[in-house]
Amino acid sequence: MALIRLLLCAVLLLPALAGAAGEVREFDDPVTEQRYRDLTATLRCPKCENQAIDDSNSPIAGDMRDRVYAQLQDGRSDKEILDFMVARFGDYVLYNPRLEGRTLLLWGLPIGLVLVGLIVVVVLVRLHRHRSARRLSDEERARLDDLINRERTE
Amino acid sequence: MKRRLLLLLPLVGFLTLGGFLYQGLSINPFERESALMARDFPAFELTTLEDPERVVDASLLEGEVTLVNVWGEWCPTCKQEMPQLLDLAERGVRLVGVDYKDTREKGREFLAEFGNPFEVNVFDPEGTLGFDLGVYGAPETFLVDADGIIRYHHTGYIKPEDVRDTILPEVEKWR
Repeated sequence: MALIRLLLCAVLLLPALAGAAGEVREFDDPVTEQRYRDLTATLRCPKCENQAIDDSNSPIAGDMRDRVYAQLQDGRSDKEILDFMVARFGDYVLYNPRLEGRTLLLWGLPIGLVLVGLIVVVVLVRLHRHRSARRLSDEERARLDDLINRERTE
Repeated sequence: MKRRLLLLLPLVGFLTLGGFLYQGLSINPFERESALMARDFPAFELTTLEDPERVVDASLLEGEVTLVNVWGEWCPTCKQEMPQLLDLAERGVRLVGVDYKDTREKGREFLAEFGNPFEVNVFDPEGTLGFDLGVYGAPETFLVDADGIIRYHHTGYIKPEDVRDTILPEVEKWR
């Protein structure tokens, strides 16, 4: 009975343990702690396709967390730390690609598409307005006069 | 007629997007170029696996085209890859090993059991050199030219046909 209870406890605890990729870290101030959280959430684990290093149990993710922590303790800036990682593992590790020549299309495309959409809408609206205001033929004018006059006389 | 053609625009857009996404399905995310390509082999100062007293650094790789293979006793693929590395050594390619995140005993046992194609092995128990090389899993192989610049990078298993099809031509290219 006691064994079953123990096992149940272990099973209940498992998810809590599994979710905790990462180590207990000591920080001097809450700002650095927040920076650590942000950096480890924005760096992508090179081994595991789609996981940030704060969420991965892969050994390389652990090494990267260690480096982020050590460099924060050394007083390095966020940019320096990200540069350090990119120099080794490439742009792949950045979940937020940087805005530079190569990534211009990536960042510019959504804005470009919205602009193109706006232009299309404006052009379409103008075309339609123009069409409804086009000149009536003699026959149409006669019919229109007819209709207006009939309305008046009735 | 022109107007009709305009109606096809969304379909064209959709097909273009579909084409891009379809192509994305067959991309292997692990086949990406090393960030160190065309750059100096990272500086290091480590002892060799063979001799704990002998300290080596990046100058070890200068003067001759060298294939640097990152391996570890804990890595099953490294065992499968060994015959290919022995083949390369036999064909006169200079190989240097990096024993990555390993213990000295296990590393030596590994070489005793599976053969030793390496001129020398850099012992990297903490994985510091591996980290600076951007290694995220063994085996990984780097081709370094005579000036110590990284010229080619192979992630993962070197298949027997890779020796002839990619590794040897790359070695020749940079000699």
